[in-house]
Amino acid sequence: MELTINWYIALSAILFSLGALGVLTRRNAIILFMSIEMMLNAANLAFVAFARHLGDLDGQVLVFFVITVAAAEVAVGLALIVTIFRSKKSINIDEINLMKG
Amino acid sequence: MGSGSVVIVFILMALVSITSAVMMLRSHNAVHSALWLVLNFTAIAVLYVVLNAPFIAMVQITVYAGAIMVLFLFVIMLLGAEQLQGITGGHGTERYHQAVAIVLVVLLIAGFGFLVFQGGMGSGGETAVIDTSPTALGLRLFEGYVLPFEVTGILLLAAIIGVAVFTRRKKKEA
Repeated sequence: MELTINWYIALSAILFSLGALGVLTRRNAIILFMSIEMMLNAANLAFVAFARHLGDLDGQVLVFFVITVAAAEVAVGLALIVTIFRSKKSINIDEINLMKG
Repeated sequence: MGSGSVVIVFILMALVSITSAVMMLRSHNAVHSALWLVLNFTAIAVLYVVLNAPFIAMVQITVYAGAIMVLFLFVIMLLGAEQLQGITGGHGTERYHQAVAIVLVVLLIAGFGFLVFQGGMGSGGETAVIDTSPTALGLRLFEGYVLPFEVTGILLLAAIIGVAVFTRRKKKEA
């Protein structure tokens, strides 16, 4: 059996779908963020698989950037969650429905 | 190493990553979810090694499974938010989570050990292997992507300042 790119793309799609499912079903803002991270990770897997498939290093460079931006995004997102928790005493996103603090 | 054994490693890692993703979504305790996600990231890192991306695999472990998940755990524990949502599982569910976790970690280590001792790193594709050492990656980064690299630096700086501004307590409140 040969390990082709299709296998990786299928795994990437499954992980992305599971992440999307988490975003849609869970109401805890922190779990929501983790699901987003999982989706980013699935995209990274697809990037690396294509970099390998096409024999091109650019895919890996792009993954490098995605990881950097994801780190910045997580820091800002968690700071937002901490701030919201301080004023609302909750991180259930159904209860966070006002822009007003 | 024949392509058959790489297929075994791939199937093991796919099993570990999908199961840990499902367990992350099902877990009612946010700390457990974070730990499942660490397992998921580690399994993906092993797949990066199979895909001839050793540097990305190491970055995945240190930045994702290390730094980002520590930040998550820190915030979860800071807020005491681990059980804000829904019912916490009884003792029976805990046991079954433990059993699944142990099995998955054993599979992960077995798969990675198999990969290392069979010398199959970078053999998980159908095309020729290119040079993906950190040196080659760094050269490509600084030859073709200098501007994006600088922009990323500014983005990180902006994130740092933003976070500091967000979480600063106002003088009156404190």
